Amino acid sequence: MRHRSQLILTAVLTTGALTLSACGSRDEGGDKSGDKGNTTVVIGVDAPLSGDLSAIGIGIKNSVDLAAKTANKNKEVPGVTFQIKALDDVANPSTGGQNATTLVGNKDVLGVVGPLNSSVAQSMQKTFNSANLVEISPANTAPELTQGANYAKQKERQFKTYFRTATTDALQGPYAAQYAYNTLKLKTVYSVDDKKTYGAGLARTFRQEFTKLGGKVVATDHINPDDRDFGAIATKIKNSKADFVYYGGEYPAGAPLSKQIKDAGAKIPVIGGDALQSADYVKLAGKNAEGDFATSVGAPPEQLDTAKKFIADYKAGGYSDPYETYGALSYDAAWAIIQAVKTVVNANDGKVPSDARAKIVEATQKVSFSGVTGQVAFDEYGDTTNRTLTVYQVKGGKHTPVKTGELEK
Amino acid sequence: MHDLPQQLVNGLILGALYGLIAVGYTMVYGIIQLINFAHGEIYMIGGFGALTMYLWLPGGTSLAIAMPLMLLMGIACSVLVAVGAERFAYRPLRNAPRLAPLITAIGLSITLQQVVWAFYPDAKADRTFPQFSGGPIDLGAFTIQRGDLFLIIAAPVCMGFLAYFVAKTRTGRAMQATSQDPDTAQLMGINTDRIVVTAFAIGGAFAAVAAMAYGLKYGQVGFKMGFIAGLKAFTAAVLGGIGNIYGAMIGGLALGLAEALATAYIQDIPGMELLGGGAWKDVWAFVLLILVLLLRPQGLLGERVADRA
Repeated sequence: MRHRSQLILTAVLTTGALTLSACGSRDEGGDKSGDKGNTTVVIGVDAPLSGDLSAIGIGIKNSVDLAAKTANKNKEVPGVTFQIKALDDVANPSTGGQNATTLVGNKDVLGVVGPLNSSVAQSMQKTFNSANLVEISPANTAPELTQGANYAKQKERQFKTYFRTATTDALQGPYAAQYAYNTLKLKTVYSVDDKKTYGAGLARTFRQEFTKLGGKVVATDHINPDDRDFGAIATKIKNSKADFVYYGGEYPAGAPLSKQIKDAGAKIPVIGGDALQSADYVKLAGKNAEGDFATSVGAPPEQLDTAKKFIADYKAGGYSDPYETYGALSYDAAWAIIQAVKTVVNANDGKVPSDARAKIVEATQKVSFSGVTGQVAFDEYGDTTNRTLTVYQVKGGKHTPVKTGELEK
Repeated sequence: MHDLPQQLVNGLILGALYGLIAVGYTMVYGIIQLINFAHGEIYMIGGFGALTMYLWLPGGTSLAIAMPLMLLMGIACSVLVAVGAERFAYRPLRNAPRLAPLITAIGLSITLQQVVWAFYPDAKADRTFPQFSGGPIDLGAFTIQRGDLFLIIAAPVCMGFLAYFVAKTRTGRAMQATSQDPDTAQLMGINTDRIVVTAFAIGGAFAAVAAMAYGLKYGQVGFKMGFIAGLKAFTAAVLGGIGNIYGAMIGGLALGLAEALATAYIQDIPGMELLGGGAWKDVWAFVLLILVLLLRPQGLLGERVADRA
C-alpha cells in the first residue's frame, strides 16, 4: 500500500507541476500580446545546431539573430521587437517535422528561416503550409521543393508558404558541369552521391549536363552518409582513370572521401556542391583537400559591396562561430520576413493583425529589396530571382572563389 | 578484377580494425555472457583520449614522439571507462536476469556518447586527428596508405600478446577456467571478480589501439564513431564464434573482406547493378552474417565454446 500512495503522490505532484508550468507559459504569452506599445514577433529558425553539419547550422542561426537585432536597433518596424527561436533538427527529417509543429504551435512565430537540408524541408513544408506560416530556406537546393517532383517536364508549385533565397540544383549541378568541361577541360567523371534528396539530385543534374556537353560518366556509385571508410571506392576511382570525381553530398562524408581518394594515389580533384564549401571540409580532408572545387549559390559575400556591412556587423556581433556558407543568404531570408512583417503592420495602422500569418505569406511573395547577396525577390514558384553561382577552389587551405556567374543556356 | 590485390588489402586492413574491437566483445561475452553494447563507446573514448593528449602536447610535436604518449593516454581512458562500467553498471546486476545488464549496456552506450557530445570541446561535429605526412607507399601490385601503417603493425602485435597472455600466464589460464565454469573456478581459488575486471581492461585497451588506428587512418574522430564500429565488431565477434578470441579476429577480417569485395565487384555482376556499390556494403556484410548463422550457427571458430555460446 505504501508504494501505491507514493505513486499517487508522485502523479499528483507531476500533474500539478505541469499545470503550473502551462499556466506560466500562457501568462507569458498573454503579456506579450497584451502590451500594445511593443509587440514581440518571433522568427523561428530550424537548422542542425548539433551533429555533423552544426558548423553550417550555427552560422545560419547567428545570421538570423543578427538580422533580428539589426531590425530592432534600426526600429525597422516601429512597435515590433523581433526575437528568434532556434530549434535544432540535427539534419534529421523527422526531428525537423516535430520542430515545424512546435513552431506552428507558438502564436508569436510569424516566419521561419530554415532548414539547411532539402530532405528536412520535405518533412516540414506541409505543416507550415496548413498553418499559413511562411518558411524561407537559405540553403535548400533540391528543385522539387518549389517546382514539384516533375519539375523537369512540368513545373508546379506545391506549397505557397515555402520560399528560398538559395538557387536550385537544377542550376548548380549544370553550372559545375560547364565549369569542369569548358574551363577545366576535364572529360571523364566518376560520379558518387550519398543518396539523399540533395546529394542524389545534385549529382543527377550534374551528370545530365556533363553528358550533354560531351563528357563521359565512367561510373556512378553511392555511399552511406554515415560511413567513413571509402577505401574500396577510392581504389575503384583510382583504377577508373577518371579525370575527376563529382560528389553529390555533404562535407562530413565528402571530406574523408576526398582524403581517401588521394591517399589511394589518385591525383584528381573532387568537385561538389555548396555542402562541401565549408571550412570543416578543408579541416577534415587536410592537405588532400587542396585543389578540390565546390560550387555555391550566390556570389561570394566577401566580394559584394552589399555584404561588407553584413560582414562587419557579424564581426561586431561577437559571434564565436563563423557565418559559414549560408550566413548571407540566411540574413536575407530573415530580412525578407522582417520586410513582409513591415508591409503587413504598416497596412494595419502599425499593429500586428490577427490573421498576420496569411498576410505575411502574401507580402513575402511581393518582397523586393537590396539584400546582402544582391536583389532579393521570389518568382512564382517561391524560388529566388537571383541565379548567381560561384565556383570555389581550395587553395592554401581555404575555399577561394575562382568564377562567379549565371548558368549558360 | 585487375584491382583485386588492392581490394584484398583494403578489406584486410578494415577487417583488422573490426577484429581489434571485436576482441573486447568476445572476451567479456566468453566470461560473463554479457553483450557489452557500450564497447563501441569505450572505443570512441580511446580515440578522444589520444586526441586530448595530442592537444596537450606543444604544437608542432612530431607524430613519432606524440604517438606513444597518445596511445598510452587513449588506453588509460578506455581502460578506466571499461573498468568503471564493469564496477558500477554491470557488477551490481551480475546475478540479475540477462536482459537487465543488456539494457544497462545500451543505456551506458547512449550516455557515454552524449557526454562526449556535450562536454568535449567542438565534439558536436567530427574532430580532426593528427595524420602521418607523405603519400601512399607503392608496393607494385598494391599500395598501402601511410595512415594504415600503425594498424598493420599494431594488430598482429596485439593478437600475439593476447595469445601469449591467455595460453601462458597464470591470469590467462585463470581466465580460461573462469570462462569454462565460473563457480568451479571460484572453488579452485580463482578470484573471478578480478578475472572479469581483467577481461574488461584488456578489451578496453584493444579498443583504444583500434581507435588510435581509426584516427590515423581517417584523420578524424567523432562522438558517433563507436556506434557503427561497435555494431560491426559485434557482427565480427558473432561471425567468428562469440567467446573465441581468435574467432573475433578471423570474423573481423572476413567482414572487412566481404565489405571491400562487395563494394568493388557486386556492381559488375549482370543484373546486380542496383545492389552494388558503397551504399550496399553494410547489407552484404549482414547477409554474410546471416549465411554463417544459418549454415554454422556457432560461428566460424565457435566449436570450442559451443556449449556456452
